[in-house]
Amino acid sequence: MEVPEQFYTQVEETCRDLYIQSLKEIPPDVVAAIRCAAKNETTEVARRIFSHYLQSIELGREKNMMVCQDTGIPIYWVEIGGRLRLDGSRINQAIIKGTERATREHPLRSSIVSPLSRENRQTSTGHRIPIIHYDFAPDSDVLDILFMPKGSGSENMSFMKMLVPADGVKGIKRFVLEQVVGAGAKPCPPTIVGVGIGGSSDLCMTLAKKATTRPLGSANPDPQLAALETELLNAINETGIGPQGLGGRTTALAVHIESAWTHITCNPVAVNLQCWRAERRRARLRPNGSIEIGF
Amino acid sequence: MAEFHLHTPLSEADVRQLRVGDSVTLDGVVFGVRDGNLIRIFDNKVPPPVNWQGAALLHTAPNVKKIGPAKYEPICVGTTTSMRMDRFTEGLLKDYGVRAILGKGGLSEQSAKLMQQYGAVYLSVTGGAAAMETLQIEAIETVYWEDLMPECIWQIRFKGLGPLTVGIDAHGGNLQLDVQQQAQQKTAELLKKMGIA
Ligand code: SF4
Repeated sequence: MEVPEQFYTQVEETCRDLYIQSLKEIPPDVVAAIRCAAKNETTEVARRIFSHYLQSIELGREKNMMVCQDTGIPIYWVEIGGRLRLDGSRINQAIIKGTERATREHPLRSSIVSPLSRENRQTSTGHRIPIIHYDFAPDSDVLDILFMPKGSGSENMSFMKMLVPADGVKGIKRFVLEQVVGAGAKPCPPTIVGVGIGGSSDLCMTLAKKATTRPLGSANPDPQLAALETELLNAINETGIGPQGLGGRTTALAVHIESAWTHITCNPVAVNLQCWRAERRRARLRPNGSIEIGF
Repeated sequence: MAEFHLHTPLSEADVRQLRVGDSVTLDGVVFGVRDGNLIRIFDNKVPPPVNWQGAALLHTAPNVKKIGPAKYEPICVGTTTSMRMDRFTEGLLKDYGVRAILGKGGLSEQSAKLMQQYGAVYLSVTGGAAAMETLQIEAIETVYWEDLMPECIWQIRFKGLGPLTVGIDAHGGNLQLDVQQQAQQKTAELLKKMGIA
């Protein structure tokens, strides 16, 4: 199904809106998990921190304010329905333009710089930024765009290791636990712990990031991986790091694992943390002009 | 755990009375700093353009709207991970007389020692809760080094910033480090329990 000409403008405007709205409205599954964790804390300090989280969530929704100051690295996960006929390069351009317009029109702080010169174009874009991942969905006429403004406090807490097959699943467990504990307060816990297992080094890291975009309450469909998610979550929450690393019962809201097959000599594992605000926002666009907004 | 309401600039006595876990609410001017401007001060040896005796510094890079020359309105002002700026603690305390560093995630053991020596504290701001902090701003009074945007030095006047949590006191206490060390110990036990020692 050929998309109409105005579809590209719609994608651009939608991406602008996704960026701005994602910074103001925390996904409902995340809000529910934060509320639940807040009730579970016993110390004065941990309770204080959670009450600040909840106040900021409310202000975001009610006063249309940004919840956190970090506009993040703009990352898009795009899934193209197999029945759509469109110009991929124009979609790419529209996403970039939408990102720039959000930054200029709101305005938002541009957090993107050149890695060596540290030049900031004040557009939230630059060479290879925004990051856009493409995937395809069979038998669908939907362009699904999931946006995340990935905060740097948690993004700086990213870890990858090429374990060897002899390290087994034990090596994976050790690596995840030690990295989350080592990250401590820096990623603004409680976090969503994204874990990638398998693939090549680059795919493994991408899977860890993708895992953080899964809604809370979803388990990996593979029962062995689902059990590993639960085991790791329980262990992490026993470490006592707590909100903002000031001590408490909830250090992670969830552990999400995504996996891929790998080489006979490889056993890669990657950890990517998502901060408590866990911002994400989704749009589902159809060629008839309908746009569904979700998370 | 006690609750304090303090005004900037801070005296040595103001900060010496605080203990880790206490809550502090701040009124008055707080200066926004971060990587870019601290690198200019300490690595490029350009002294700060404003007097920091008794100052409270906040690790931040705000979202703002320009409304005139060197005049900005806050859109969203929060905090950032302090550990990246850890190596500047000594200079800030010794050379410029700073009394409080505000940020998230805590500072090192070395910074805690320096705070004990010079009489300063680290106040933990709730990271990610910037909406709340933004409403506690009265005005962005002025801004220095605009060429570093958004990593300029921001002179922000707050009313009721907080409650902040004392993360490092001027007596050697370092709450986030203690929590981290306990977690490391616990991890060793957990690994054993999981059969991975
Ligand atoms: S780590 Fe996340 S929640 Fe914390 S300040 Fe950064 S972006 Fe905000």
